[in-house]
Amino acid sequence: MNIMVVGVGGQGTLLTSRIIGKTALNAGYDVKLSEVHGMAQRGGSVVTFVRFGKKVYEPVCEEGSVDILISFERLEALRYAHFLKHDGIMIVNDTRIDPMTVVIGAKTYPEGILEGLEKSHTLYTIDGGRVAKELGNSKVLNSVVLGLAAKHIGFSEDEWLETLKNTVPPKTIDINTLAFKAGYEK
Amino acid sequence: MAEKRIMLGNEAIARGAYEAGVKVSSAYPGTPSTEISEFLSKYDEVYTEWAPNEKVALEVAAGSCIAGVRSMACMKHVGLNVASDPLYTLAYTGVNAGLVIVVADDPGLASSQNEQDTRMIARSAHLPLIEPSDSNEAKEFFKYAFELSEKYDTPVIFRTTTKLSHSQSIVDISERVVPEDKVYERNMPKYVMMPASAIGRHKVVEAREIKLENDACELPINRVEMNDKKIGFITSGVAYQYVKEACPEASVLKLGIINPLPRKLIEDFVASVDVVYVFEELEPVIEEQVKAWGLDVKGKELFTKQGEYSANMLKRVIYGKDEAVFERAEAPARPPILCPGCPHRSVFSVLNKLKIHAAGDIGCYTLGAVAPLNVIDTTICMGSSISLLHGMEMAKGKDYVRNWVATIGDSTFLHTGVNSLINMVYNKATGTVMILDNRTTGMTGHQEHAATGKTLKGEDTYAIDLAQLCRSIGVPRVIEIDAFDVKGLEAVIKESASGDELTVIIAKAPCALLKGQKFPNVCKCEPEECRKCGMCLKIGCPALTKQADGTVRIDETMCNGCGLCMSYCKFGAIKKVAR
Repeated sequence: MNIMVVGVGGQGTLLTSRIIGKTALNAGYDVKLSEVHGMAQRGGSVVTFVRFGKKVYEPVCEEGSVDILISFERLEALRYAHFLKHDGIMIVNDTRIDPMTVVIGAKTYPEGILEGLEKSHTLYTIDGGRVAKELGNSKVLNSVVLGLAAKHIGFSEDEWLETLKNTVPPKTIDINTLAFKAGYEK
Repeated sequence: MAEKRIMLGNEAIARGAYEAGVKVSSAYPGTPSTEISEFLSKYDEVYTEWAPNEKVALEVAAGSCIAGVRSMACMKHVGLNVASDPLYTLAYTGVNAGLVIVVADDPGLASSQNEQDTRMIARSAHLPLIEPSDSNEAKEFFKYAFELSEKYDTPVIFRTTTKLSHSQSIVDISERVVPEDKVYERNMPKYVMMPASAIGRHKVVEAREIKLENDACELPINRVEMNDKKIGFITSGVAYQYVKEACPEASVLKLGIINPLPRKLIEDFVASVDVVYVFEELEPVIEEQVKAWGLDVKGKELFTKQGEYSANMLKRVIYGKDEAVFERAEAPARPPILCPGCPHRSVFSVLNKLKIHAAGDIGCYTLGAVAPLNVIDTTICMGSSISLLHGMEMAKGKDYVRNWVATIGDSTFLHTGVNSLINMVYNKATGTVMILDNRTTGMTGHQEHAATGKTLKGEDTYAIDLAQLCRSIGVPRVIEIDAFDVKGLEAVIKESASGDELTVIIAKAPCALLKGQKFPNVCKCEPEECRKCGMCLKIGCPALTKQADGTVRIDETMCNGCGLCMSYCKFGAIKKVAR
C-alpha cells in the first residue's frame, strides 16, 4: 500500500504519516516513511510518504504508484494528483491556502480544482477545519482528515485509535479521538 | 525476540551510537543531520553538546577519543568543509578509542546551498567511509564503524543522505555495550603533527589504506545478491532500495564501504554478470575507480550527477518504460516562505522600503531574497555575509556600501560570523552588520546555541551577550533594537548608512515558532476601512490574502498578532484584537 500525504508546511502532514506508519507497524507490516525537514518545511509545499507491505524497499512513492493521496489543501491535491495509480483515490481537505505567488499577484489560484479532479479520480472531500472548529479546536483538523482516510486505508477503528492515543500529546487525546471519529464516520 | 521500533534514519544512528558505547558527541545543527544529536541527547549515559561550529565539534570529539572513549561528531556535508582542517590531519594521527564522523549529504538540495559529495572528501583525506541503506543498517553499521576505527586506528566517516536520515523504517533494538576506556599514553610522533612526525604518519596512512582495501572484500557490510546474471548493479546507500524496487530480478553488489573500495569483490562481480551498471547518486566516485581498473561498467553516461535518484528513473533507463499514468497538472508554485509572525520579515520589510541590498547568510532569513521582500543579493556559506560586505567596501570604498548591509542570524554569527566581524574591526571597515537575533537556531528546528542560555541537554548555562561580544572586539557602535520596531529600525539603519563608523544592529525578537510563547492577539482588517492599497501585502505574510473585492483578509489561525501589517497600513484599517 502506497500512501502520500501532501499539504502546506505547518498543517500536520508529518504527524498524520507517522500515525499511519505506526498503525501499519502494529499490524505486523514492513513499513517505510519519508519525511520533509528543514527549509522546505517553511510554509512551502510538503510531501510525505508511507509505504507498507510484506517487504518495502524504496522509502518514497513515485508517479503512478500511489493508492491513496491525502491532501490537506486543494491546490496541493492538484499538484500531486499525477502520483496516483489509475484506480488510486484521493482524500482532500476542502480548503484554500494561497501560495505567496498568488498573494503577490504573480499567479492566480486555479478555480474548480475539485470538479476537475473528480472527472478522472475517485475523490472524498471534507472541510476538516470547519469540523475541527465545531469540535472546539481548529488544530485537530489533521485527525479529522486522517479519520476519513483511515476508512479507505483499512485496519479497524480500534487499531487506529490505539496509535492515535500513543502519538498525540496526552492532553489532546480526547479531542483528537473525537476529531478522528468525525472523519471516520463521514 | 528483539524489540522492533520504527525509527528515523537519524534516530537509528543515535541508537547505534548509544549501543556502541559512545560517551561523547559534539555537533553543530545542519539539515539533514540535526536529529542525530537531538535523539542522542536523550540518553543520559552519553555526553552530547552543540558546538559553535563543525570544526570545534570534530576537535572536541578528537580530544575525547584521544583521552580514550568512543566519540563522534555530526554535521551536514557543508559542515565538513568547516571541519576539514582537523579532518585531514586526524587521518594522520589516527585514534585511541574509536572516532566516527557522521556526515549527511543532501542530494536534491532539500535544505542546502550545494550538492557536494562527501565520498570525494573521504578519498582525498584517505579515510574509510561507510554508508547504510536503511534505518536498521544505519544502527548496525554505525556500531561497526567503531570496530573499524579501532582496528585500523583511523577516524571513520559515516555517510548518510537526506532520504536515509529522514525516512523511517524498522529497527531491531539491542542493549548498550560500553567497551573499556582505552589507556592514554603520551605518543608524540603519533599525536604531534609537526613535519618530522607527519612525514612518518603519512606512510602509516598509505599502508593503512592498502591493508583496508585488501580486507574490505571480507567485511560483513558488503553483500552480493546473485540473481539474473544478465544484469547487475553496483550500488550503495538509498540507491540500493531504488534498484531493488525497479529491478528485483537483477544481481546486486551492495557496498557498505565506499572508501577504500573492495577491488577483488567488485572485479569478481563484474566478471560474473553480463552488463553491470554503477548506480550511485551525485559524483561517479565508485564508477571512475572501477573504470580505471579497466572494467566495463555503465554509469553516468546514463544517470545524472544531480538530485535524488528514484526507481522510476531507473525503470525509464533500463526498460524504457514510464510508470506515470496521469499528466502532471499546472499548479502555481508554493515555495517556502517566512512564517507568519517571523521577526526577519519585519527587518526585511524595512530594508526593502529603504532600497538597501543585503549580503545574506545561511538560515531561514535567506528567504529575504525572494519576492516580495527581494532584499538579499548574495548567500554563499555560513558566516560569509559579513566578509562579503567587507570585501565590497574594500573594493569600492565606504560610499559604495552605504546602501548595503550584512544580515546574519544569531547562531550563524557565533558559528563563523564573528571571525569576519573581527576582520572588519581590524581593517577599519565602516559598513553595517545586522544580527537577526531570534534566540535560536531556527531553520534546523530550534536548537540551542551559546547565546540562548541552555545546553543541548536542556541545562541552564551562561548566555553569551552578543552586544557585549561585539563591543569587546572593538565594534564602535552597537545598537540593540526590537525587531518589530519598524520606525526605530528605519532610523538606525539610515543613521548607520550615512555615518562612517562600523555598526552592528542587533534586531531582537524570538522566532515565532519557539515554544513557550503566548500569542493572545490576532490582527484583523476591517473591510469597510480597507482602502485596497495593497501596502500590507508587500510584507509577504502568508496570513494575509487579497479577496475578490480587493480588501484584505487575515487568517486568524495563521496570524500570531505580530502587528507588522498594522504598521504598514496608513489608514488604520488593521487592528489588534484579542484572539
